[in-house]
Amino acid sequence: MSRANTLDRRAVVRSLLARRGGLLLVTGLGAPAWDATAAGDSPLTFPLWGAMGSAAMIGLGLALAQPERAVLVLTGDGEMLMGLGSLATIGVQRPANLALAVLDNERYGETGMQETHTAHGVDLAAIAAGCGFAQSETIRDMAGIEALGARLDARQGPLFAQVKIAADTPPLALPPRDGALLKNRFRAALLGPQADLA
Amino acid sequence: MSAAPVADWPRDIHAALAAAEIRQVAYVPDAGHARLITLCAGDGAMHMVPLTSEQEGVGLAAGAWLGGQRSVLLMQSSGVGNCINALTLIETCRLPLLMLITMRGEFGEFNPWQVPMGRATPQALQLADVLVQRASRAEEVGAVVAGAARLAFASYRAVAVLLSQQLIGAKSFQK
Ligand SMILES: Cc1ncc(C[n+]2csc(CCOP(=O)(O)OP(=O)(O)O)c2C)c(N)n1
Ligand SMILES: [Mg+2]
Repeated sequence: MSRANTLDRRAVVRSLLARRGGLLLVTGLGAPAWDATAAGDSPLTFPLWGAMGSAAMIGLGLALAQPERAVLVLTGDGEMLMGLGSLATIGVQRPANLALAVLDNERYGETGMQETHTAHGVDLAAIAAGCGFAQSETIRDMAGIEALGARLDARQGPLFAQVKIAADTPPLALPPRDGALLKNRFRAALLGPQADLA
Repeated sequence: MSAAPVADWPRDIHAALAAAEIRQVAYVPDAGHARLITLCAGDGAMHMVPLTSEQEGVGLAAGAWLGGQRSVLLMQSSGVGNCINALTLIETCRLPLLMLITMRGEFGEFNPWQVPMGRATPQALQLADVLVQRASRAEEVGAVVAGAARLAFASYRAVAVLLSQQLIGAKSFQK
């Protein structure tokens, strides 16, 4: 099934985050979190180290709470497959400020590169379209990534992008692991000093 | 002898949630939550988020808090089993989470398939580091939920209120 999965995951994420501005970023566990860290750690990045299948819903809760801010969820195909129902839930809410980008290497990279369902033709972009995402696409070239990056701020979502990437393993770039620290720094950066007074 | 007025406990829960400034109401429906869901849906300050599975509500609560909003998660006891791994997010990040759980499988249960998860619910929650409280009498429900909300959001912990099946009334499929 695999066709020309040539995009370099680090180049994809670097491009998406190059002009991130005030973008609020949630990443799924494992390699997507390393990719975001390699592009530059930020207090406005909330990288998961567990809770597999939850990334999209964290993005939804955040997008609903902060409708004026662009929210990007960057996750793996395996992580997205574990939370497929959340695509239906997001399709009901249709938050204009939420985008999901799935780095699809058609593998569970972290656990030994076993094939995921997308290696057998499961079409996440079609599922997202069927769930009512405003825009849903499969991206196979960097022009598509640049166009997506330019649309993150437009708040015409929810957007879904299934990004076909090569199944390789770039060097580790680990974000902080302490969940309480990740939460506190995110809230402080987003909400200011009042975060701790609420 | 006139009957004592029956406490309107779904209305009391709604009032407690409104006082706690709950802004996102996530739920998988249960018959026991039906009236509360209707009350919350009619409250312009509360945003309803129907879920396909209860674990989605754990992630939603985390995201809401990251964004500065408070949420509540409504489910029946069989939904607790769907949440377990997601709850590690709450514990690890010291996030607040308020869960209101209608109990099945304990009082006058007709459906044997509800019994195993109903029986396991309090311990399953405790094993996942959730503080478990219970409301069994209509008059106490509002205060228990208000206290649970305060505990959750003031101390950054997961708190579940189990609403006893006795309170809700056993569901019957018989004519
Ligand atoms: C509930 C649960 N099951 C399994 C795992 C093991 N696990 C960790 S990462 C991962 C695969 C992630 O794959 P994907 O999201 O596609 O990311 P990739 O590494 O391929 O970029 C798995 C299965 C886990 N952490 N949690
Ligand atoms: Mg993968």
